[in-house]
This record gives sequence, C-alpha cells and structure tokens, in this order.
Amino acid sequence: MIRLEKRPTPSRLWTALTPLVAVLATVIAGGLMFAALGKDPVEAIRTIFYDPLFNEQFASYSRPQLLVKAGPLILIAIGLSLGFKAGIWNIGAEGQYIMGAICGGGVGLALYPSESPLIFPLMVLAGALGGWAWAMIPAILKTKFNTNEILVSLLLVYVAEQLLASVSLGLLRSPDGGGFPGSRNFQHWDAAANVELFPGTGMHWGVVAAFIAVIGAYVLLARHMLGYQIRLTGAAPRAARFSGVNPTRLIVTCLGLSGALAGLAGMFEVSGPAGQLSIDFGSNYGFTAIIVAFLGRLHPVGILLAGLLMALTYIGGELAQFMLGLPAAAIQAFQGMLLFFLLAVDVLTNFRIRLIKSEVA
Amino acid sequence: MGAISIELLLASLMVASTPILLAAIGELVVEKSGVLNLGVEGMMITGAICGFAVAVETGSPFLGFVGAALGGATLSVIFAVLTQYLLSNQVATGLALTLFGLGFSALIGQGYVGIKPPAIGSVNLGILSDIPFVGPVLFSHDVTVYVALALVAAVWAFLKFSRAGLILRAVGESHEAAHALGYKVVRIRFLAILFGGACAGLGGAYLSLVRVPQWTEGMTAGAGWIALALVVFGAWKPWRVLLGAYLFGGVTVLQLNLQAAGLKVPVELLSMSPYLITILVLVIMSADRRRAALNAPAALGRVFHAST
Amino acid sequence: MSFEPAQTPLLLLEGLTKAYPGVVANDQVGFSIAPGEIHALLGENGAGKSTLVKTIYGLVKPDAGRMELHGEAYMPAKPSEARRRGVAMVFQHFSLFEALDVAENIALGMEDPPPRRDLSERIRSVSEEYGLPLDPSRRVGDLSVGERQRVEIIRCLLQNPKLLIMDEPTSVLTPQEVDMLFTTLRTLSAEGTAILYISHKLDEIRSLCDAATVLRHGKVVGDCIPRETSARAMAELMVGATLQTPARAAGTRGEVLLEARGLSLPSERQFGTALKSIQMQVRSGEILGIGGVAGNGQDELLDVLSGESRAPAGTLFFEGQDIAALGPRQRRAMGLLTAPEERLGHAAAPDMSLVENAMLTGDPRMSLVRNGMLDWPKTREFAKKIIADFDVRTPGSHVAARALSGGNLQKFVIGREVLQNPRALVVNQPTWGVDAAAAAAIRQALLDLAEQGTALIVISQDLEEILEIADNFAALNEGRLTEPRPAAGLSLEEIGLMMGGAHDMDTAHHAEA
Repeated sequence: MIRLEKRPTPSRLWTALTPLVAVLATVIAGGLMFAALGKDPVEAIRTIFYDPLFNEQFASYSRPQLLVKAGPLILIAIGLSLGFKAGIWNIGAEGQYIMGAICGGGVGLALYPSESPLIFPLMVLAGALGGWAWAMIPAILKTKFNTNEILVSLLLVYVAEQLLASVSLGLLRSPDGGGFPGSRNFQHWDAAANVELFPGTGMHWGVVAAFIAVIGAYVLLARHMLGYQIRLTGAAPRAARFSGVNPTRLIVTCLGLSGALAGLAGMFEVSGPAGQLSIDFGSNYGFTAIIVAFLGRLHPVGILLAGLLMALTYIGGELAQFMLGLPAAAIQAFQGMLLFFLLAVDVLTNFRIRLIKSEVA
Repeated sequence: MGAISIELLLASLMVASTPILLAAIGELVVEKSGVLNLGVEGMMITGAICGFAVAVETGSPFLGFVGAALGGATLSVIFAVLTQYLLSNQVATGLALTLFGLGFSALIGQGYVGIKPPAIGSVNLGILSDIPFVGPVLFSHDVTVYVALALVAAVWAFLKFSRAGLILRAVGESHEAAHALGYKVVRIRFLAILFGGACAGLGGAYLSLVRVPQWTEGMTAGAGWIALALVVFGAWKPWRVLLGAYLFGGVTVLQLNLQAAGLKVPVELLSMSPYLITILVLVIMSADRRRAALNAPAALGRVFHAST
Repeated sequence: MSFEPAQTPLLLLEGLTKAYPGVVANDQVGFSIAPGEIHALLGENGAGKSTLVKTIYGLVKPDAGRMELHGEAYMPAKPSEARRRGVAMVFQHFSLFEALDVAENIALGMEDPPPRRDLSERIRSVSEEYGLPLDPSRRVGDLSVGERQRVEIIRCLLQNPKLLIMDEPTSVLTPQEVDMLFTTLRTLSAEGTAILYISHKLDEIRSLCDAATVLRHGKVVGDCIPRETSARAMAELMVGATLQTPARAAGTRGEVLLEARGLSLPSERQFGTALKSIQMQVRSGEILGIGGVAGNGQDELLDVLSGESRAPAGTLFFEGQDIAALGPRQRRAMGLLTAPEERLGHAAAPDMSLVENAMLTGDPRMSLVRNGMLDWPKTREFAKKIIADFDVRTPGSHVAARALSGGNLQKFVIGREVLQNPRALVVNQPTWGVDAAAAAAIRQALLDLAEQGTALIVISQDLEEILEIADNFAALNEGRLTEPRPAAGLSLEEIGLMMGGAHDMDTAHHAEA
C-alpha cells in the first residue's frame, strides 16, 4: 500500500526537480503517442527538441524563432503567475492579448502615416492599457459583485475574438488591402514597427520587455511589500487579511498587471512578428502561458526557462509537422500532457511517499 | 426573410440547450461532492470527437453516444487521479484537462473533418407530435433531448431523496466530518467526477452528431465554460440549471435567427451575445453574497487529505 | 458505587501501540471498562487520547495490540463496523454538516436509517426521554453549539450503543448545560451504557466518573478512582511535574485605552454571529476577561478589533480617537495588537517560514519595511528574538510554521505581539491546545504586560484561566456582551448566568409545545 505523508516543510530539492521529472515523463509519454501515430518516436523527439537548435540546416532559421516565441509566452506568464500565487485566476490572458493588439495597433493606425518617433511608445502604452482594461472587467465584477473571475475572464476571450474579427473586417481593415481582411502591415511602416533589434537573434522589444518583467517580478516577490502580500494571500487568505492586506486592492492589482503584460505581448506581436491585425491573429499564447507559469513553478526564473522550453516545442512542433507530417494538434496535446505530469509529480514537493506493508486486519 | 417563426425558435431552443444541459447537470453532481472540475470544455470536446468517430465507424449514433460518454469519463479519470490521489490543485488540473482535451481531440479528429455522421431519428411520440404548436416544440425531437430531461429529474431525485445522494451532499459540505463518520470521501468524489465526465462527453457528442452535425476543431467554442457558469446560475439546483440551459439556448437560437434574418446589427455583436449574457447572469446571481454562499457546497475546491 | 472486575469487561484494551513518524502516539496502552461504567481518559493535549479513541472507533489502525468487546476479539476496520458492534462516538469537532438539517445529520451517522418521517418521530421521542430538546427539521448551521452537541448525542443514542465515547464534550457548554449533560450521562450509565469520557477538566471528572486512566506521552502512567483522588494529584500525574500558578503584582489602572460604544455588526460569515451593541472600556493596566461558549461572537469580536472587519463610524475608539475606519496596519501602528484563536491560517501562514510570519504583523511597529522594500535581516532578528524570549522549540527561524507543534506556534504568535510593546492587546483563546507549562508561560507574559500598563482583553472559553488572570469579567452571549464585573469573588453559578445559562433550553421546550 502507498501512503502520502505531509512533509513538515516543502522540499526544496523536489521544488526544483519536479519540472525536470515532468519534462522527462512527457518526453517518454509523447514518444509513445508519436509511435501510436505511426512515427518514429526517437526521430520525432529529436526533431522537436534537438533539430531547431543544432541541426545545421534549420538552426539558422529556428534559433531566432526561439526568442520570438518565448517573448510573449514569458511576458504573459509572468503576469499570470503573480495572480496565481495569490489565488486569483486570470485565465483569459488570450483575450487581453488580443485587446492589447487591437488597442495598440488601433492607436497606431489612427495616426497613419505619421513618422513621429512618439508613435511606437504611444502604441506600447495603448497596448498595455487595452489589456489592462479588459482584465479590469473580471476584476471589478469580482470585487463589486463577487463574480467568479475564472469564468468571466475566460468568457471574455470569446468576446475579444469576435471584436478582433469585427475590426479586421471593418474599422481597421487596410484601405490598400484590396478588400482582403486584415489591417495595414506595421512592418512596412517604420515609425510603428517593432523591429528585430539585433539581426539574426529574434530579439525585439517584446523580448526586452519580457526580460525586464522577469527581473521586476523577481524583485517584487523577494523584496517588495506587494510581493509579500501576494504570496501571503495565496498561502493563507485569512492570515493575509489579518496582516492588513486589502483583498480588493490586491485583486485589482494582480488582474490589472497580468492584463497589462498580456496586452503588451499582444501589441509587440502585432507590430512585430505578426505584422498585422487579422482574424487569425489569436495564437493561443494566452493559454499556453498558463502552462508556462505552472511549469516555471510560478517563479520568475523558472518561467524564463519554461518559456524557452515551451517555445522550443512550438518551433520543434512546426518542424516536425513539416518534416515528418506530424499533425499540428499533436504538439498541443503534448503541451497539455506536460502540465498533467507536472501536476502529478508536484505531490512530491509537499508529501513524502511511503510504502506500507499491507496490514492484517 | 423577415419574420421569425416562434414555433421553430422554441423547437430549436430545446435542441440548442441540450449539450450544455448535459454537461452542466454532470458538473452539478461533481460540484455537489465538493470538487470543482474546470475541465468541462476539454471533456466535452473529447466526447464530441469520440462520439463522432465511433458513430462514423460503426454507423450507429447510439454507440457513438456510448463512446462519447466513455471518452469523457476516461479523460475525467486523469483529473480524478490527479486531484483525489495526488492532491493537485483543482483549478490548475481542470485547466490542464481543457488544454489537453482541445489538442487531443484535434489529433484524433484529423481524419474526420468534412464527414457527415449517421443521422439520428426523432422519437415517434405518435399523436403527441401532431398537436399543433406544442407537438413540434416539445414532442418531435431525438431521444437524447428527452434523456437529458430525464437525467435532470433523476439527479434531482437522487440528491433529494436517496441515501447515496445525502452522502454525496455531505461529502461536499465537509469532507472532514464525512471522513470522521467513516465515509470514503475519495471514492465518492471519484465516482462523481466520472459521472461528470460521462455527461460532458454526451453533451459534446450531441454537438457533433446532432446539433451541427459534423466535426471541426474546437467546435465546443466555450460551451463547457458556459455549462460551468450554468451551475452557478442554477445555484446548484437541477431544475434551475435546466432553466438556465433553456435561457442560454434561447439566446443562442435567437441570435442565429437574427443573423439569418439579416438584422442591421453587426454579426460579431450577435455572436458574442451568448457570452455577454452569460457574464451578465453570473453577475446577477453572485451579487447577493449571502444567498450565493448558502447554496454553494462548503468544501468546493478544497483538497482533502486524511492525515490520520 | 464500585465496579468489581468479576464480570467480563465490556471493553478490554491490551498493548495498543500506534506510531506516527517522529512520535509514538500510543505506547502499549491497556485498560478495561465495565458495562455501565463511566470511565475517564485523562491527559494533556498530545498525550495520545485522540489516537486511542480513534482506534476504538475504527478510524485508526494500531500497529500492535488487541481489543475485546464483550469478551470477543474486536478490531473495527471502519467506523460503521464499530457502530454495528455497539460503539458510538460524540466528536469534539468536525462531524456535523452545517448546511444539512438535524434529521439528515442524524441519518448520516446511522447504519440503516429509517424513512425520514419515522426518523423525525424517533428523534423527538429520544430527545424527550433524555431531556435533550431538538427540532429535526432545523438546519444545523443555525443551532447553538450546545444544541449541535445534542444532535451528536442523539445520533449516538438512536443506535442503542453499549459504549459511548465522548471527546471533550463540555468545552463548548455553559456550566448549566454541563449539569444537564451529566444528568443525561448518569441516566445512560444507570441503563447499562458504558461511557468513555475524555477530558482534561479534573473537577468534572471527579464529579462524574467511576474510574480514570491517565495518559502521558502515549503511555498509561496511572489509574485512579477520581472521587477519592484530589484534583491536584491527578493534575500532577497528568503533567508529570509540579505546577506553578502565575504570579501577579497589583498593577495600577490608567486612562481608558480601548472603548466600544454600542458596536453592532452583522457577521460576514455564513452561520456566523452578529455583534449586538457591544459596550466596553479597557483601561491601561487592566485585563478584561471575556468568557462565553464558542460561537457566540468571539471570532467576530476579534475581527472587528483587529480591523479585519470594519465597525460603523463612532462605535470604536482607541485613546479617544475613532478607529472604526482604520485597517489592521494602521491600528498596529497606533499600538492596538491582536492575536486570533486559529493559529494555522489566521494568526500565521502555515507554509511560510517563521521569519515571514514575523513580518505578518511585525512591520508597522518594528519598521521592517522601508519605501515598500522589506528588510529581511531585521525581520530575521525579530523572529529570532521571539524564538529566544518565548522559548519556541524549533530548529531555526527558517522553518515553516506548520512544522511547529501547536504549543510552540502559539508561543510564537503570542510572543510576536507581546514583543512589539503593545499599548493594547486582544487575544482569543491564548492557551487553547497548549500544554500546561507553555500555558503558564503565556499567562505570565500577559500578566507582565498588564503590569507594564498595557490594556488587555483576554477572550477565552476556559473559565478557570479567565478567573486566574482577569481583573474584570464579561460574557459574550449570542453576540451581546454583558456588563463587565470584577472577577474576584464571582461564583461559577453567577458566571453561568452571565453566559446565558440554559436559556435556549426553554425556547426549545416552547418550540416543542
């Protein structure tokens, strides 16, 4: 018989080790899944995890993609992790990401074709505000009416997607696009383009923002009163109120911050790698970031690493799709599996597993 | 086009509400046992593809529904093992279930895009179906619609009158107390989660086999989340969940009809209306804190670990 | 009355041993109970009483040892088996469902409950028979604590048990209710039902029980006939050391520090108790003891004093200033500190370290935060000072709060407030679940504070504790606070009346009629 026994103090060793165990288990289970799809599992795993970085033929294209994909994931996941730590569940980052792109892009397009150097900073601001405002809806409903923020933030994703469809077909459609849906391309407009800062690295302003967010979150959680209040609220909500944490303010702050970061990610994406607002702009980054946040143990440095790993599975997945004909959905299932394994082995952090000889009654 | 037929509207309302009704009544039982499974969307879409695939392969919609229930239940086993035995966070695990379900269903569903499933006939209720107005509205549907209604009644009776239902409610109120009295908290919750998974699977299959009927990736489009909202809206009471499902079905059907009628309202606004109305209803229901708390199972979402 | 071991004992325990990691909860425990005997199981918190009764009730499986019931081997694998064999148990906590009604709660505790209508009938008849009035259709969450206990007792009695286990039954009762309970228990005993009575209240055991077994550190350290043994002798057997009572120097009373004027507040919790026009004044150097049965507004009172819930303007004053609108941090900065009853999850965050828990209330007064940035080295010093000054047994300040024993964590929580040099301090159940030595140390620390001029409010359900340290006594009863009276010279009878006595019995009787 197996028994779980609560550890007096969470194990530091296992806190660091569980993500690695989970990744390993996922690779094995994923290999089995690929085998079941009739693909060579070793080759599939190598194509996903090794080739994008080290294969001579692909690495020159794939390596920069790593930062391009990891940037938004990290940026969004950092924001989400603050709320998750406090037990505030914003799972509608995808919607805030879209709204950031619409607002950031919209403000830029309103000023087209100005070449003022203020355009891009203005778009950054508008993107953050757009995401923030969209996240304020669940925040205000939660604090004023006690409405479940999980459901509201998630349902708002579908609303944001409809808005995205509406503006790319109507309000923001490019007048020079020959009637095709989608906005002007920001990459063709210097004042509004989120350019690659160092050629061949994939580094753009969004990636810079992601690194700043990692450092900021680290300092916030380790040294700042707000970070302490976030951790305290997640660990013991009643003790937090006793300590003097204002729950309303904390909910508004956490949801607002995560919304603003997701909005930023969306804005940097639309003005950079994506180039334009279009119906299929939504890329599931907002949902994948949830996995990134958990895989990174809600710790800023962990999220940085997890974001890079998850970006790798995106790129490797595309490569495997192209090289081996592996279905695109397989990689999504693979990512979901990773979260399962992580949650499963997480038990080792707080519990000890004991084998007990079956007793004679 | 112009006028919208009330008769057709009401008839399709019943069809439109069935998928979320099935999923919601299952989730109601899960939540009554004190577990919050946010993976409804993932289980629904898994049921949608499992049901679709089985129905296409066997040619039997009935076997399709069985396969869907099994598919949904299988996915819920993962949730049950993780949350009940490995004590993982229920919110995170439910999300994982949804993310995995969306990917996994797309994976199995690759070969089924663009196929038509075998048709499911409506039940012959003889003379009842011929009653003007009432007949087409109430008595001319496929059997699943009635199964869903029967399920609502069964869950209601189970929770209100049976001893097993009493025990289930007790476990959802306080797992410590139930454990102290010797009830197997984990086993009871495990079974409730399985039931919820099977119901969500059925709901998904109803979408892919009857309501749409075809398979497309991500076709549940938030129906699972709306089902979750319905449980809150229904204040954990079966008949009120039914009412909520009809309300939501009504909104969906109405907006589709308005789109078809070419109303001078942007299509996107109509398409987002079901989600907006769900949010609005959630706000109204949760605004009265004391009443909302009175009906919610007290142990909802809390991790249970018998230390001694 | 005496019980000769001539007949077969009802229950026989031999060599029961149960070890948990790091602690042997029961070590070779053995004794026997005769039919109809009221047998006390005596011991401090952590002596192993709970583990032992859980073993008898089938909730814990022992590592070694055996039991006999009616001379037959007995080792229930689960509570339902114990109930089938005639063993019933009234729990101290955690066995009622607040959202369900009385009849549903009782049905859940029975193996084979009759249909609802018959069950309600039987509940009425049993409750009449044993003087425990109860309405089967009421929601348990709306019942008083005393009434809830009746639900548990009736649930047991409906099964016609041969052995009734009662775990600390009087900790939630007024003195008058205790008397009524004892009458019921004596009736049962006379009818042949044996009772295993767990308590650490010596006077009760001396008046009720026929025999007593004393546990210490999981071992049986002695048995006695309580009527023939002095309370002090039993206490020393239980504690294993000579006890010392705290000393108090006559303090001087200063100006009024904390004052409530007609403070009313609805409870934020489900099934909570609303506070109803609370009127009180506490002076510098004074200890106001507030007694009352659990669930009569103690938690709500502490919350409104700490600032977790906000009082209406003009009802709460500190040094003459209206503090109704101030939050916990601002109140702490002024010198009004509090220590709630629930250690894990309210006074302390279980999974956070002692240093982080020192930050929990320490910041405003000890200035542990500068410009929003936390000063961890200074906080660590503060935590270490608490640990040293209050003799908190822990491997270090980095340990999570949940790793500490209840007594040590309580010393940490009280020490954290005391060392901040409070102007006024409010504590709820300062020594609940704490061993005798630690309890004495905590009481002494409170008395020392009062001597230095701090105004104290001590909320407690332990009347002896209040009478030992308080200058004035007031009782909370359904959210109302009685007028404080000097504690010296108050009799238990008077206190019982202040606490509301058995008044709810009368209303229940009227409801029946």
